[in-house]
Amino acid sequence: METAITDPLPWYIAGPLLGLFVPAMLLLTGREPGVSSSFRHLCAVVPGAKALDYFKYDVWKDGLWQILFVIGILLGGTLVQFVLGGAGVPLFLPENLTAAGLALLFVGGLLVGFGTRYADGCTSGHTISGISNLSLPSLIASACFVAGGVLASLVHRFVFGGLVP
Amino acid sequence: MSETSASVVKTPWWKYPAWLLLGVGFGAVLTKAQVISVVRVRRMFAFQEAHMFLVIGAAVVTGVISMFIVRALRKTKTDVSGVPMEFKKRPFQPGIWIGGLIFGVGWYITAACPGPIYALIGAGVWDALVILAGAIVGAFVFGWLKPKLPH
Repeated sequence: METAITDPLPWYIAGPLLGLFVPAMLLLTGREPGVSSSFRHLCAVVPGAKALDYFKYDVWKDGLWQILFVIGILLGGTLVQFVLGGAGVPLFLPENLTAAGLALLFVGGLLVGFGTRYADGCTSGHTISGISNLSLPSLIASACFVAGGVLASLVHRFVFGGLVP
Repeated sequence: MSETSASVVKTPWWKYPAWLLLGVGFGAVLTKAQVISVVRVRRMFAFQEAHMFLVIGAAVVTGVISMFIVRALRKTKTDVSGVPMEFKKRPFQPGIWIGGLIFGVGWYITAACPGPIYALIGAGVWDALVILAGAIVGAFVFGWLKPKLPH
């Protein structure tokens, strides 16, 4: 999938639109946008997971709204990529599709799942929803998200000689 | 989980398609703004371009201002169906920074934070299914280790 890079939806349109999901969702549905708890829900529906206290809750009662929201996000990706002209930028690296690449993605995914659950939120839950509702812990969490990414970038580039796409 | 009295009230049926459609909008903006792309994410973390920071910054500023207005104009703090808005509690705990840093490293490796993982799958990037599988296992590992982790 060699895609030529075209300009993204400009930040001054995309950013405000994303931010407006906080009041829109709260006013319409009473919930703040958040995504990473969905990993917990998807784990809690697996038979046997209920052996752990963390997964002892009624997913279909407490988590259905969020499962619908993330299915929507998935469909939003489909809509843009296949109906609305595409994202206009490569979305993945070809080297991901090797055994080592997939293993690394799995480990990275594991860190995303573990980290967001331990921090109790991600870029949407903490950075967008949390800070919008003036949560100081969310601001600190967001700074740590970026710090972790910058640190990983430095190690990747200067220790392993990785390149920026 | 969200322990609220709000769940005593039956959720009106139309909220379910509303969550789905709001998700579609959120995912479409994430994709069209290219924040789900490995190119943009890697360039952000290398400080080579400002796009991602600007998108996130503008989202936060818009969120803060719009919620300030909502709070001022809607003193009842209820949604349109009369149910109290559910503001998640986000207390200080070591996971805020330890989990935050771990997630940051994972965000760099996969080039996808949780929202984009789903958008990528929808956009036909099948390797994102591997990221999702890892994230679900990561949530399981957290649930398993939670009693032993500092909170």
